[in-house]
Amino acid sequence: MAEMLPGWLLPIVAPFIVLNVVVGMVTYVTLLERKFAARMQSRIGPYRVGYHGLLQPIADALKLMMKEDIVPTAADRPIYNLAPIVFLIPCMLIFATLPFAPGLGVADLNIGILFFIAVSSMEIVGLFMAGWGSNNKYALLSAMRAVNQIISYDLPYIFAALVPVMLAGSLKLSDIAVAQEGFIHWFVFYPVIGQLAFLAFIVATLAAENRVPFDILEAESELVAGFRVEYSGMKFALIQLGEYAHMVGSSFLAALLFLGAWDGPGPEWLGPAWFLLKAIFIFLLVTWIRWSFVRIRVDQILALSWKVLLPATLVLLICTATLVVWRTSGGI
Amino acid sequence: MTSATGPTVVELDYAGGERLTMNMGPQHPSAHGVFRAILTLEGETVVGVDAVIGYLHRCHEKLAETLTYAQYPSIASKTDYVAAMTSEFAYVMAAEAIGKIEVPKRAQYLRVITAELQRVASHLLWLGTWCMDMGGALGGGATIFLYCIREREMVLDLFEKLVGARLLYGFFQVGGVRYDIPEGWAQSCRDTIDQIEQRVGEYEQQLEENPFFLARAQNVGVISRELAEDVGISGPLLRGSGVNYDLRRAQPYSSYEDFTFAIPVETAGDCFARYRVRMAEFRQAISIVRQALDRLPNGPISSRPGLKSVAQTRIPKGEHYARVEGPRGEVGCYLVADGSAKPYRMKWRGASFSNLAVLPFIIPGHKVADVVAIMGSVDPVFGEVDR
Repeated sequence: MAEMLPGWLLPIVAPFIVLNVVVGMVTYVTLLERKFAARMQSRIGPYRVGYHGLLQPIADALKLMMKEDIVPTAADRPIYNLAPIVFLIPCMLIFATLPFAPGLGVADLNIGILFFIAVSSMEIVGLFMAGWGSNNKYALLSAMRAVNQIISYDLPYIFAALVPVMLAGSLKLSDIAVAQEGFIHWFVFYPVIGQLAFLAFIVATLAAENRVPFDILEAESELVAGFRVEYSGMKFALIQLGEYAHMVGSSFLAALLFLGAWDGPGPEWLGPAWFLLKAIFIFLLVTWIRWSFVRIRVDQILALSWKVLLPATLVLLICTATLVVWRTSGGI
Repeated sequence: MTSATGPTVVELDYAGGERLTMNMGPQHPSAHGVFRAILTLEGETVVGVDAVIGYLHRCHEKLAETLTYAQYPSIASKTDYVAAMTSEFAYVMAAEAIGKIEVPKRAQYLRVITAELQRVASHLLWLGTWCMDMGGALGGGATIFLYCIREREMVLDLFEKLVGARLLYGFFQVGGVRYDIPEGWAQSCRDTIDQIEQRVGEYEQQLEENPFFLARAQNVGVISRELAEDVGISGPLLRGSGVNYDLRRAQPYSSYEDFTFAIPVETAGDCFARYRVRMAEFRQAISIVRQALDRLPNGPISSRPGLKSVAQTRIPKGEHYARVEGPRGEVGCYLVADGSAKPYRMKWRGASFSNLAVLPFIIPGHKVADVVAIMGSVDPVFGEVDR
């Protein structure tokens, strides 16, 4: 398809398609989560709008668009208004480097994973702006917690993500995917190291996505809704969209790093479908954890990161490095 | 209602320059009603807490003076609306003690059955809301909450079959109870409690094998035995701090002496100890209901049947303080009768109100997140606090 378009049009069309697909997917992922959570809690979940509630996300989006936009009198207006957008952009940008199939992606950078991680932790800027600009004590506390949490969990997150990078020997996401071709070569099946790294990566993902048990930013039983307590209408929708986009992006990344991306049985064109299925699997795993754990306290979260997760991932990384060096020098 | 000298602050080792004053409530997701706590924060650490109550005041004590002894029990249930049977129980016991009214054995057993079922229902709601305080409405807490509500529904269904109402019953009346159990009720009650007993075990498993839950509950909000006795808390809080005191055993009423049951006591005094006490009480309450159903005597359900008008329930002059062991602790009713159909004066002792007094002693020094966990473990119902 790329050959049929004039050269200058491609950089516009490709992001346009990806963006729309992502937004569409994100809206439906919320429905998936609600249905999944409902099943866990012996409920039915959304049911009335459309067949089995299939139109619920659209109804929700329409409702949010029509809501009155309330800005608190004491809010720092420019910061308050800009925050949702600053929050959303990095969450969308992370999809830029994701290859959905060989050669199917917006930009398969040679430092893809670095870009992904760097951009995804940029969301903290928007988050802190929201917390600060709202001029609300709950929001401020939440923003302070957010900074704490991002600083503590980005390191284990990166270290865990570096394990597949080392095993594949490339920062390029498509290279990492190609390195896992064939079911048994998925990095999650790599003896010991693979499983541990996957575990650490999922824990760090939970923290990076602010999901229970690490959702101290939102913490509605203490901070009502955390940094977005003052947002309503479309601004709230943007924040929500960003949060879920981040989650979907992280699920794709986990599927790519550990579950072999588009690798699967069937013809090659089924690749993106496999990738999607694996990402949804990761998403549901995270959702499952979310709906079965209680939240832990902010100091416990930090202790868990600095005293357990960080040393553990560091040791894991060193082990992987040793193994890789030993292997390339003619070990196995 | 803040004291004139400003909030009391516990001095901690704090290097920061400014303290933050944060309002929790009266509209707050985990205020358990309308409770306002003015927190003084140093960073995330709470150094001072001022409790403001009274948002749910409904003049219950004045109301009692204007209603007859037959009318008030159904209003009494509105004080503690989560455990409505308990307050009715205390009121009618006070009136019966003044009037020296005998209560038939069957009525006493029916009272025990409903009071214990109510304890189960109330503890279910406590477990759900407490977990939701800690786990979030969008997290594992909500899962436990919905499970607990499912079980509470089953108890409420039993009450509905018995009384016709699901929240505020008016089941107790002076001299007995209003309704006898319908046909088949005993069997469905047995089935329900069997099921709840099994599910309670499941919750214990789900919670106690979860390290995050333990991290949130253990060593949080410790009430020492001395503090518990000084402040005058009662119920599961007192028993969680190592004091073996339960009115059903210390001062048996309504034939509680007929049943064998244990008084669960934990010594740690933290949120987890209170949780353990309540979880054990589930089983004890269920066992009491079973025993009462097994030995339910035949006979009348009220010693004052066939009243033609409410004004006929006259209580002679006198006064009495009746107390029962509710799910939240000692619920007391002090009644002064002047010989007419209405009491001269009535005073409630709400268990939640007295238990709430312990908060300023245990909250300072904890993180904001612990405030809700501690408040949830105290299990206040603000209808009973404010009355």
